Parts: sequence; structure tokens; C-alpha cells
Amino acid sequence: MGSGRLYATVAAGSFRRYATYRAATVAGVFTNTVFGLILVYTYLALWDERPHLGGYDQAQAVTYVWLGQCLYATLAIQGGGAEKDLMERIRTGEIAVDLYRPADLQLWWLAGDVGRALFQMLGRGVIPFAFGAVFFPMALPTSVTPWAAFVVALLLATVVSFAIRYLAALSVFWLMDGMGVNQVVMITGIFFSGMVLPLNAFPGVFGDIVRVLPWAAQIQMPADVLMGETDPLGAFVFQAAWAVALLAAGRLLQSAATRRVVVQGG
Amino acid sequence: MGERSVLLEGLRAYRLIAGMWVRSSMTYRTSFVVTVFGNLMVTGLDFVGILLMFSQVDSLGGWSLPEIAFLYGLSVTAFGIADLVLGSMDVLGARMRDGSFDILLVRPAPVLAQVGADRFALRRLGRITQGSVVLGWALVSVDVDWSAPKALLVPVMVVSGAAIFSAVFVAGAAFQIFAQDAAEVQNAFTYGGTTLLQYPPTVFGKDLVRGVTFMLPLAFVNWVPAAYVLGRPYPLDLPRWASFASPLVAVACCALAGMAWRVGLRSYRSTGS
Repeated sequence: MGSGRLYATVAAGSFRRYATYRAATVAGVFTNTVFGLILVYTYLALWDERPHLGGYDQAQAVTYVWLGQCLYATLAIQGGGAEKDLMERIRTGEIAVDLYRPADLQLWWLAGDVGRALFQMLGRGVIPFAFGAVFFPMALPTSVTPWAAFVVALLLATVVSFAIRYLAALSVFWLMDGMGVNQVVMITGIFFSGMVLPLNAFPGVFGDIVRVLPWAAQIQMPADVLMGETDPLGAFVFQAAWAVALLAAGRLLQSAATRRVVVQGG
Repeated sequence: MGERSVLLEGLRAYRLIAGMWVRSSMTYRTSFVVTVFGNLMVTGLDFVGILLMFSQVDSLGGWSLPEIAFLYGLSVTAFGIADLVLGSMDVLGARMRDGSFDILLVRPAPVLAQVGADRFALRRLGRITQGSVVLGWALVSVDVDWSAPKALLVPVMVVSGAAIFSAVFVAGAAFQIFAQDAAEVQNAFTYGGTTLLQYPPTVFGKDLVRGVTFMLPLAFVNWVPAAYVLGRPYPLDLPRWASFASPLVAVACCALAGMAWRVGLRSYRSTGS
């Protein structure tokens, strides 16, 4: 399939682009490891006080922390993925060039973001996770099936993450400046993805609400699938439903935006 | 030119450049208000995280919520001041990569002042505001028998803490001269440091506490002096006078960071394209 090869090329190009920032990658590994250490100790103190908080035992809480550090850059939890480039292209008007390409705009950017995510996972995510597994007791499965299910959940999480940030980026067509949107992406991403605290440890009705929002598809679902805390099929359905809904919303917004596109600075 | 006049000149340059950035950010007033508010939200989230934790437990590492709020308020306010004054240091790597760092070198003003004031952003007042609000709440709700030395120690902690964090920013900038695009390493020590200090030392492993007491003395921002104020056991069984050592530690840190900066600046090689 010709168009399939096109998007694969875009993804590969994006992978290579991020692979050139070697010092930045090493620095990122270091930072994620330091933050993981701080979080692990606070979670252990928390679970010491309240064993089985959110249905996790201590080893599961530790696993959750290092998984979060592993997925932080991979899923661009606080932003800074493809959407940042897209915002800049909308602001400068270069988006007009993208619109003339014989490719689907949304798929084009999705492919680029997938390439980026894959690099960040391998370059920045694996080492902090391995560090955590070596120095702290973790609850990792020993059979292949949960790991395979985890990979699927991760793939779906990548799409949901992209779909949210794509919507945010498109808003620049109306706002002209991405600064405020970036802040919103950052706040909602960190908080509702469960970087601060696992979503299943959120109390009461507030907890019930955050667990059905799309951000729950990003760290909480892959973590629960890996640790066997949830039925994988149910998790896939939840993630896929949000992916489809958000991508469709992105398409709608995209067609509304391109109908009124005003190219800046001609 | 003596040391004193270099310092004065640096402050003057800093004031001028920072003033320019403030005026430019004030051009779009609504945008400015929105970003200050946004900053307040971003920095407030980690305290919301602590509140969420305390909705499930009564103490963390044996410390109560007001006590942890005391640590949090001190850490965030001190860090906020350092971040306001020198927070733009992390764009240094980008400036060296694109070659615009050279422009700063030929201007007749101290480079450190220019880099520090670069893109000076008043929106960073958000963090200081949020930290002081939490600190204020902690001061009235914490169970402490206030005495004159305890009350005086609080502002001393904020100022010394800001100086210690500033030293970390400057040392990080010096490191960036060698490492170029490794700005994130600096984040581990600045943002990581302030996050670490938001929780009591009893939460962390002995080696980590030792590291941030003797190697990178962040513990003197709040952990050690707060032990005296709150009547808590001293981390690592430090002597009682250690609680009052924060200003000395701050001066030593600034001197070392200044030296590192000079060494870094002297070894700078331009991209030369």
C-alpha cells in the first residue's frame, strides 16, 4: 500500500530527528530517574501509612511510579510532542504547505508523533524503568500475555495522547497563540493522567470522574493492564472509544479550521 | 575595576534588561494576567497532590499536613524567588547552540547579569505567591510554641533558601557551557530539588538525605532549620547549631557557583560558523 509507506517514512523521519538530540536524551534519562526516586520514596511512605491504597500493594505502587517516568516523555504527558511543531506551523502560516500535500493532515501528524513516541520510549523511557526494576521491588508479570496486552494498551495510549494534543494544536487557528493552550495541556496532562497520584487513589466521586476521562487511557490503563489489575479487553475498549471519539472531533475541527484558514504573513 | 563596581554594574545591567522584558510583557495586559494565573495553577497542582494524599492518610513519614505545608511553603517560596531572578538560565544552552551567546560576550555588561535577566518574566510571581500562601497557612496552623529565634528563623530560611537555589541555577548554567543541550540535567536539581524538599526527610532513604545535606546542601533550605522550628529530630543527628547554619551554607554555595561560572565562561568556545 503506497500511502502506508508514506506514513511509515514520516514516522521514521521523526524517530531519526529525535535520535539526533543525544545529550538531551541522556539528560532526560537522568531527570526522569531523579524524579522517579523522589516519587518512589513518597509513595512508599504513603502506602506505608495506607496499605492497599487504590487497590495497589507497595510493589505495584513502585511499578506505577517507574512506568509513569517511562511514559512521561513517550506520551508527551505535559505536551512538547508533535503538537508543538503543528502550533508553530499554524502560527507562522506554514500550515498552508501541509494542506497542499497529497496526504491526510491528521494521519501525517499522527505518524510523526508515533515516531517521536517510539524514540522517546527507547531512548528515554527504558533506562529509568530498568533502574527502578533493579533497585526497587516491582510487580512485573513473568508470562508473555500481560506484556503483549501492555504493548497494545501502550499503542492505544499513544493515539489518545496524540488526539488530545492535536485538538489543542488546532485551537491555535482561532487563538493565534499557543502559550495558553500549552499551559492547559500541561496542567490537565500532569494531573488527570495520574502523574501526581495514581488515579485509582483519587478519593470519592472526584476519583470516579477522573477515571473515565480520556487522560485515564494514558498511564493508568497501561499500568493496570501490565499488573493484571484490570481486564485487558475492557481497557482496550475504553482506550479505543476515546481514541475514535477524539480523532473524530479532531477531523471536525480540522475541516472547520481549514475552511476559514487565513494564511499569515504572505 | 574593583569587585564592588563589577557587582554594581551587574545589578544595573540586570535592572535595565529585566525592566525591558517587563515592559514588553505588559504590552499585552490580558495575556499577562492569564499567564500569571496559569502559572499559579501549574505550581499549585503539586500541593493539590499533597492534599489528595492527605485525604487518604493522616500523616506522611510521621509528619502532619501543616508540618508538610510548612516544608512545602518554604521550599516553593525560596525556589520561586531564585526562579524569578535567574530562571531564564535554562535557555543558555539554546543560546550557545544558535550562536547568540556570543552577542552577550561582546556587550559591555557582566554576562551573568545578562543571562539572568534574559527573558525576565514577572509571571513567575505566580510560584512565589502560591508558596507564600501555603507558608502563611502553615505558620498559623502548625502546632509550634513560637519564640523569637523561631520566628526570626523563618525569613532567614526563605532568603538563604533562595540564595542556595540561585547557586544551583548558576552552577547549572556553568555546566550547560560544557554540555550544550543538556538543560534537563539542571531541571533534575532545580525542580527535582524543590519537589524533594516538599516532603519530610523521614520519607527518603538515608543515602539520599546524606547526599542533599553534604554534597548538594539543599537540606539547609528547609529540612535542617525546620527541625528546630517544629521541634523535630534532626536529620542525620546533626548538631543543634546546624539549624542556624543556612546563611553560611548559602554564602559558600554562591561562592562555589560563582567560581564554576567563571571557569565555564573562560572555557567557552563559540560554535564558530
